Amino acid sequence: MAQSSNGSTGGKSFVDNLPKIYGMYTGGFLVFIGLMAILEQMGVAADTIGILFVAFTIFIYAAIGWMSRTMQVSAYYVAGREVPPVFNGMATAADWMSGASFVALAGGIYFGGHGYLAFVVGWTGGYVLVNSLMAPYLRKFGCYTVPDFIGTRYGGNLARFIAVVILVVASFTYVTAQIDATGTIASRALHIPYEWGVWFGLLGILLCSMLGGMRAVTWTQVAQYIVLIIAYLVPVIWMSNKQDFGIIPHFTYGDAVQRIAELEKTIGVGTKATESVPGVSVLTTLHNAPGDAWIDRWKFATLALCMMAGTASLPHILMRYFTTPSVRDARRSVAWSLFFIFLLYFTAPALATLTKLQLLDPNLPTAIIGKPFADVAALDWIKNWSNVGFLAIRDSNADGILQINEFFMRADIVVLATPEIAGLPYVISGLVAAGGMAAAMSTADGLLLAIANALSHDLYYKIIDPKAETKTRLIVARVLLVILGAGAALVASLKLTGILGAVAWAFCFACSGLFFPLVLGVWWKRANAAGAIAGMVLGFGAGSLYLYLIYNKIIDPVLGLDGLRFGIIGMPVSLVAMVVVSLMTEAPDQETQDMVDQVRIPSGAEILDQSH
Amino acid sequence: MDKRTQEIHWNRTSNLNTMIMLLWFIFSLVVHWFARELNAYTFLGFPLGYYMAVQGSLIIFVVMIFYQNWRQDVIDEQAGIDHSAN
Repeated sequence: MAQSSNGSTGGKSFVDNLPKIYGMYTGGFLVFIGLMAILEQMGVAADTIGILFVAFTIFIYAAIGWMSRTMQVSAYYVAGREVPPVFNGMATAADWMSGASFVALAGGIYFGGHGYLAFVVGWTGGYVLVNSLMAPYLRKFGCYTVPDFIGTRYGGNLARFIAVVILVVASFTYVTAQIDATGTIASRALHIPYEWGVWFGLLGILLCSMLGGMRAVTWTQVAQYIVLIIAYLVPVIWMSNKQDFGIIPHFTYGDAVQRIAELEKTIGVGTKATESVPGVSVLTTLHNAPGDAWIDRWKFATLALCMMAGTASLPHILMRYFTTPSVRDARRSVAWSLFFIFLLYFTAPALATLTKLQLLDPNLPTAIIGKPFADVAALDWIKNWSNVGFLAIRDSNADGILQINEFFMRADIVVLATPEIAGLPYVISGLVAAGGMAAAMSTADGLLLAIANALSHDLYYKIIDPKAETKTRLIVARVLLVILGAGAALVASLKLTGILGAVAWAFCFACSGLFFPLVLGVWWKRANAAGAIAGMVLGFGAGSLYLYLIYNKIIDPVLGLDGLRFGIIGMPVSLVAMVVVSLMTEAPDQETQDMVDQVRIPSGAEILDQSH
Repeated sequence: MDKRTQEIHWNRTSNLNTMIMLLWFIFSLVVHWFARELNAYTFLGFPLGYYMAVQGSLIIFVVMIFYQNWRQDVIDEQAGIDHSAN
């Protein structure tokens, strides 16, 4: 195990005891679930159980955040660089899996079919890039933030400043979607208006991160990962057992895929709905039908590529690898991150498939398609979700039977509603709500911290006031965190974009501006400041301009490159600009070239000193 | 570390990375380009193209990343790098 702690007080015994501490925590959480199940049996109302689940877990996260408060720079920015790889892997997985992954991914697969699987491939394959191209080298640098790397490698405050701007745009876009998700879940679970839900969620997020910075966020994210993965796996495994796909459905649901393909023909998936209901949609895409045309293959590849390069450029993920004791531990923790992320992502398609089968297969008692309309309309879960406008049924042809094109649903509710659809006890619904909350909160924590750290460390300390005292720097970071959080909550309550759209934008912004300056900083010694600045400005500018043009319908998307994949425009522009401008200007000085050599050796002193 | 060892270490590291990037390219992009053709075959009861997108590629990525780290440790060891000296 990693033993090198950088002199943080009392850190060592805490780190050594991590398996025990989180083991007890996990046990405690399972006991809590059991307790809730008993309460449900005793006749406690479903609403009360939902409230207890969400309130109890948020209280635990806030308590961990409070206990991890710190006034040390290194603890605040990089958790004292003492996080062991496995735990950093869990924290990264929680940081990574946002409201979009937890809440929206399975629903997307349910409605989007094969084309949507590009997200699953992209969001895992990206870690191969992180491991090969970025994490070990950035860790060797010893930086606190991603702009810190850019600023030191290329020299000069201009490069650093531009990196800060791109980071803020990408992360802020992302964080509004997370706060939107926390607000939605909090409002439904706690029965408060959405606007209050947003502020309630934000309060939890700030309690986790404000006083303890990276250290607090790390230990709450580990706790959040444990909750979210249990909450994701339990309903799928339970449902699988009910449908006779065995204890672990992952390797056996192939039959379900085939069965859906048969059913799709008989019930007519793909027939257009004759009515439309705002906010909800009808299933029209076949479950497994990769497109035949060149454009379908191209769309899959470009989406996967943007998500992968975006993964390797998003600052809140990269900075998680700055918290490990050594370069080797940074590598190991990338591997563990991918493993923990994989657990959820290879479950999501199983969840989508089994849920779809529950609704379609006439042999199952939960099927609704082809059943008498009046019977379906009387179901509790249909009524519950219709009341909040997330679901609708219309007997368009007035034959008294529910057809596939008469059943409308919002993609985002597939995961949240699955326990009810499958007839599981309400305690499972409460668990899923707590898991969704954990997923959205942990990502919001990481993102807000990435922005606040870049602004306090790179903009305030490195550019505006290099003489600032430690205490002032940390206070600036905290004040910024509160202001940014409040700003994000305000933007979120305006509801400008959907959750998934905002997430895809964030990835494309990040890879347009930061991917090549980061990669070439390590892999191409000849890259210089002028080249990096050109790469960042032109890449980010081209991507953003293209998004602006297609979003406002000034031009039509070229080659199917829509708002989900505009990084395909930004990245090549960034690469060409960076290479051409670097070659046209002077090579970096010897000192910089030596620095790159040092970065490539995975041991020895860090490039930047400990308390920079 | 002397210049020569450093060069050998970096060459081996880059070669390992190149190989990993090639595998990454195949399993993240090429395989899914031919999903329709692969669906003619079945694996564990799944159409193969579908299986690669929901599980196959993902499992390969996880294995690949652990393999790469194991190889990198060997390369570091051969160059005499002592990780505990950080």
